[in-house]
Amino acid sequence: MSGTIEKVSIIVSKGSLEGIYPGLIMANGARAEGIEANLFFTFFGLDAISKKRHEHIKVASVGNPGLHLATIAGALPGMPGLLTAYMERKMGKLDIPAIPEFIEMIADTGAGLYGCQASCDLFGLGKDDLIDQVTGIITVGEFYALAAGGQIIFT
Amino acid sequence: MPDVSYDGQTVSVNDEGFFTDPSQWTEDMAPQIAKAEGIDHLTDRHWQVIRFMRHEYQAKGTGPSVRALAKTSGVPVKELYQLFPKGPAKLAAKIAGIPKPRGCI
Repeated sequence: MSGTIEKVSIIVSKGSLEGIYPGLIMANGARAEGIEANLFFTFFGLDAISKKRHEHIKVASVGNPGLHLATIAGALPGMPGLLTAYMERKMGKLDIPAIPEFIEMIADTGAGLYGCQASCDLFGLGKDDLIDQVTGIITVGEFYALAAGGQIIFT
Repeated sequence: MPDVSYDGQTVSVNDEGFFTDPSQWTEDMAPQIAKAEGIDHLTDRHWQVIRFMRHEYQAKGTGPSVRALAKTSGVPVKELYQLFPKGPAKLAAKIAGIPKPRGCI
């Protein structure tokens, strides 16, 4: 194995705020280091590139032990919105962009953005339902071909 | 720390090739460093970014990350990657003779 990473292909499989950001930061960070990057959005990860949903991604408030919040509190109506607004405020102070802006920026760096064909079939989504920056909708086999020779990161 | 020669002068760089002493840098060295990094010709746009990186380092003690660079230098992200294909903040910092910026965004 050589000393440097030349390409990474990152799978985003979750639809929560904290489930989507790591993959985006990995992709952006890779591009900043001159590493080729691809992002593959599957299952609920598609929300990050869906025109309808990409501006409404929330923090998971229940079943999220990392929040250190009692389940009963996390289940209260309005909690996801509250927690998300809080997180977004904190991230804004660190100049971490919101998901739609971040993905647009990542596309500008030359990274490839792909939707999963099977997940699109499952959710009844076509290319028109996805944001313009998406390079294409591909199958898992096509993803493997794209990722060949590089590292694959699953998030 | 290896020593390298640019524009007929010896400068010290770290293992990744970044200047350990930014005050050793002169503008005449930039084209040579750029060439070693695969950029054969520095246009005015390149220079705008290089001078900006230098200015930010002198003002804040560190170079900006790509996002900060795009927002404040007036050169958008897309163009930055066209000017400096293998990582704009990293490459521009190297050519500008300042340490590599440490940021995650």
